[in-house]
Amino acid sequence: MKYDGVDDSKRQFLTSALTVVGAIGAGYLAVPFLSQMQPSVKALAAGAPVEVDISKLEPGQLLRAAWRGKPVWILNRTPAILENIKSVQDQLSDPESKASIQPANAKNEFRSIKPEIFVALGLCTHLGCSPTFRPEVAPHDLGEDWKGGFFCPCHGSKFDLAGRVYSGLPAPTNLEIPPHRYLSDTLLLIGEDGGNRA
Amino acid sequence: MKVSRFTLYTNWLLDRFPLKKMWHDHMVHYYAPKNFNFWYFFGSLALMVLVNQIITGILLTMNYKPDAELAFDSVEYIMRDVNWGWLVRYMHSTGASAFFIVIYLHMFRGLIYGSYKEPRELVWIFGMLLFLALMAEAFMGYLLPWGQMSYWGAQVIISLFSAIPVIGDDLSLWVRGDYVVSDATLNRFFAFHVIAVPLVLVMLVFLHILALHEVGSNNPDGVEIKKIKDKDGIPLDGIPFHPYYTVKDIVGVAVFIIFFATVIFYMPELGGFFLESNNFIPADPLKTPEHIEPLWYFTPFYAILRAVPDKFAGVIAMFGSIIVLFLLPWLDRSPVKSIRYRGPLFKKAVFLFVVSFFALGYLGMKPPTATLTWFARLFSLIYFSFFLLMPIYSRWEKAKPVPRRVTQPPSLQRFMTEVKTAYYGAPSSKDKNYTLYGSTEFRTYPSKQGLINLCVLLAKKLKASLD
Repeated sequence: MKYDGVDDSKRQFLTSALTVVGAIGAGYLAVPFLSQMQPSVKALAAGAPVEVDISKLEPGQLLRAAWRGKPVWILNRTPAILENIKSVQDQLSDPESKASIQPANAKNEFRSIKPEIFVALGLCTHLGCSPTFRPEVAPHDLGEDWKGGFFCPCHGSKFDLAGRVYSGLPAPTNLEIPPHRYLSDTLLLIGEDGGNRA
Repeated sequence: MKVSRFTLYTNWLLDRFPLKKMWHDHMVHYYAPKNFNFWYFFGSLALMVLVNQIITGILLTMNYKPDAELAFDSVEYIMRDVNWGWLVRYMHSTGASAFFIVIYLHMFRGLIYGSYKEPRELVWIFGMLLFLALMAEAFMGYLLPWGQMSYWGAQVIISLFSAIPVIGDDLSLWVRGDYVVSDATLNRFFAFHVIAVPLVLVMLVFLHILALHEVGSNNPDGVEIKKIKDKDGIPLDGIPFHPYYTVKDIVGVAVFIIFFATVIFYMPELGGFFLESNNFIPADPLKTPEHIEPLWYFTPFYAILRAVPDKFAGVIAMFGSIIVLFLLPWLDRSPVKSIRYRGPLFKKAVFLFVVSFFALGYLGMKPPTATLTWFARLFSLIYFSFFLLMPIYSRWEKAKPVPRRVTQPPSLQRFMTEVKTAYYGAPSSKDKNYTLYGSTEFRTYPSKQGLINLCVLLAKKLKASLD
């Protein structure tokens, strides 16, 4: 359509200007809408640290606690278990936990502050299932080479009893170690470590 | 002549709303090819199941509580204490599986008769978007009962987003609204399942049908009926959608309801296929069930996810297996639409594809042992090869000549005669009392040989629909 006496370039400018201003306005409106779906203040506050009493934890026993709604495992490892952890070194994809998440003071051979007490988030780093605790050696379903560890039933990832993932499996990194510290010899605080996080 | 009051009111309406035009354009003067076979039931059946889901869904929301503390109990309340609540819930849960059965068959129909090819690419794209929306709807609906399988299924699928580099972790946090699947997640999934996605579904159905009616329906011969028209401009091989296909679709609806009602009343869980036993345990965020699997309609894609040893690559492969379907109209280079006139290569490819789809579906339900994972890899390879090699093999193949007009419109009367002949044997001169409908043998026990003959006949018919 062509009208006489119409300034087309002015009309084009006004159309573009309105489009741009409108798009910016829509962009601003999108912020509260999208941000609404972020964790609320209440959900953030629920991340407070939890205390766990480990005085009754027998050697070889696994204790399950909840922090931020996630399962946290506390495992009392026997010397035999620690021996087995050393022996599987060459079958792991990240034996030194370089790409994995843990506090700095747990970034060591046994991935713990004290070698015998192992604390980890019980969620597979693949797709977040909670692996099963399989401490027995060489069960028939996991094979002769199984030295005890955690097996994820969802997608078949395997971890040793230091939460380190075996290579060639879907889980990309070792189990996450949450920030934690000892309030006393038998009392653990999970969710806070006084700035030790790596 | 005196005009009745009713006519006056109708005229008032028709002067203001294009009801007549809509009825004309989309029903009595929408010409569909006259040779539709049983594969063409599934479009209208999908629409019916959608209506079923909406109606039963509205009823369920009246008693369901989208709250992590109350959700599980409210579902049990519906099952036990609400009048007919069990029926409405089973109609909804069975309807979800029925939806996927119908949609998979509907998509397969499109695949074998080339209904995605020019000029129907957009119909296919809208259909694929519908399929995506349907998968989202089913996934979010499955969280609502808040059982163990609901919970851990959602946990796994939302964690898929975390595989995306850089933004992944923040994205999955945003989707969940919490650090784990929790009350916040349940509430938003309820909102999506009940309002957002159904709206999208209904709009897409509208677009899907509108796009279809613009270009016209394909048919088992893959012949464009609009090419040959009579002097009034009506396709010679077309018949009005109403009454011919509305009536025909009622037959499909009746058969469908027989199966649907059988499942609802006699086997609502269908041995764990439609409702998994682990989902009768309330969600426990600290304990994953020994074996988790999605419902059957997601297992082929789930098997592909597990087949890949790398987390991000697995997610890419899973989404890729669906994205590749969108590209189908452009991957297929054959000049011929229907499988009836395509070469043996395509038929073999389709056969391998169907086998791999079922095999992946089976593997997705099984625990991931080393052997099964290798099988899953093999079948994933076949699945992707079917699509990605299509530009090559569809160009090579030698097509048969396509007729100008459609062939063999199916006849119910002929079909019934064939069925009776198969069951009772051909009439001989000895049986003087033999008539098609008045045989006394109706009152005897079913004949074993007759039933076998009947199954053979139906299998032959199924094969005939493919070539």
